[in-house]
Amino acid sequence: MPEIKPMEGNQAVAEAMRQINPDVVAAYPITPSTEVVQTFSSFVANGLVDTNYVAVESEHSAMSACTAAAVAGGRVMNATSSQGLALMWEILYITASLRAPVILTVVNRALSGNINIHCDHSDGMGARDCGWVQLYGENVQEGYDNLLQAVRIGEALDVRLPVMNCIDGFLVSHSYELLQVEDDAPVKDFVGPYQAVNPLLDISHPISIGPLDLWDYYFEHKRGQCDAYPPAKEAILAVGKEFGKTFGREYGLMEEFMLEDAELAVVALGSTAGVAKVAVESLREDGVKAGLLKLRAFRPFPAAEIAAALQGKKAIAVFDRAISFGAASGPLFSEVAAALYTAGQQIPALSVLYGLGGREITPEQISGVFRQLPEVASGGQPADPVLFLGVRE
Amino acid sequence: MSHYAPDAKYQELAPGGIIPQAGNAEEYSTGAWRLQKPVRRDEDCIDCMFCWVYCPDNACWTKDQSVKGLQFDYDHCKGCAICAQVCPKKCIDMVPEDQES
Repeated sequence: MPEIKPMEGNQAVAEAMRQINPDVVAAYPITPSTEVVQTFSSFVANGLVDTNYVAVESEHSAMSACTAAAVAGGRVMNATSSQGLALMWEILYITASLRAPVILTVVNRALSGNINIHCDHSDGMGARDCGWVQLYGENVQEGYDNLLQAVRIGEALDVRLPVMNCIDGFLVSHSYELLQVEDDAPVKDFVGPYQAVNPLLDISHPISIGPLDLWDYYFEHKRGQCDAYPPAKEAILAVGKEFGKTFGREYGLMEEFMLEDAELAVVALGSTAGVAKVAVESLREDGVKAGLLKLRAFRPFPAAEIAAALQGKKAIAVFDRAISFGAASGPLFSEVAAALYTAGQQIPALSVLYGLGGREITPEQISGVFRQLPEVASGGQPADPVLFLGVRE
Repeated sequence: MSHYAPDAKYQELAPGGIIPQAGNAEEYSTGAWRLQKPVRRDEDCIDCMFCWVYCPDNACWTKDQSVKGLQFDYDHCKGCAICAQVCPKKCIDMVPEDQES
């Protein structure tokens, strides 16, 4: 029988890793994701898994070892945050280009400088173009569930992409919540055995990996990689549906909360979606037709689906917990706006930058943004399209 | 990448940028960017094979454990001059590509 246990986000991720029992974990722990690999290394030491755990000397080495182990033919996992993800940067692109389905839990944390250990999405957003699938979870249960699904999504034979399982640093990673831990056997059945594609260790079929690739073929290889993302979107839907049938919690590309009949909507990622739900519920009690679009898959970006979900709204606010310096708005806003433009929808929209470096976001603040939206709607586009929410000025 | 035709479409290439065969570097010419090419003066060569041992590109021709009289594979030699550096007899000259040897 599945058990309901109080667990932190990091422990939940480590528990999922124990159940998956990957072939290789090569890690260099960093706050706030430390506990994932710390807990998992105790599983290795206690013989609960037969993973080859490699303690490396940096995150650059960690992702190098993970990528190498994946192309060698193994199922590979890891966890990191912030500066750790930044140090992995050049390898992240290679992992995706080699179509190596490494699974990385990213416990989102602000990037230096100045140094800060708390939650924002600048690490994940910075890595948005490197070719990895990115799933953002709202709470401890989603951190656990998304990891189990990430394995199936990344390893699907028409996908073969690495996946980031993103959860908010401290807000989810260090928060105790009630987690439904599924039994080992159905989890193992759901995840299934690893199926290697063109593994380097298959010496009867030798191949060349990562060769020199100049003006003559590089562009074709990048174009080919683009074809992996539509199947990845399909895999997220199919695996989410199967997860629902198996464990009772169905997942899609996004979650629509009181959105269908909403006139005003907020778009958000991660734990902020939970805060926004409280705001939406209280606004509904006051007769405000508020709704939430919680995006789960940021990569591949479900542009058409987002445009369809927001169709007919009078005004929207897109919440970004990251700044794209020099850009006209937050990174999520830019993509949502492009999705609407492409779909021919002119919805007045506000870009909200909030929560940097762990700055708290409250239901009252989100309600306040909702209460600004009718004015945004009546005036067409807002006079100042970017709102810094919760900063002292 | 010479495993594929020069006009191969992206759909024809293996995913992950791999070449589904091994030992194919020989088929891909990388010598075009060389500025200086090594030329061995065979009259001073003692056939110690250092040039062959140190060459990072397997571009030093050999036959019957001898390099004498065979010169270099100019399709793959990138002109790094390691052979000239390690030669104990200093009998390998680095000749500019725009100059007759």
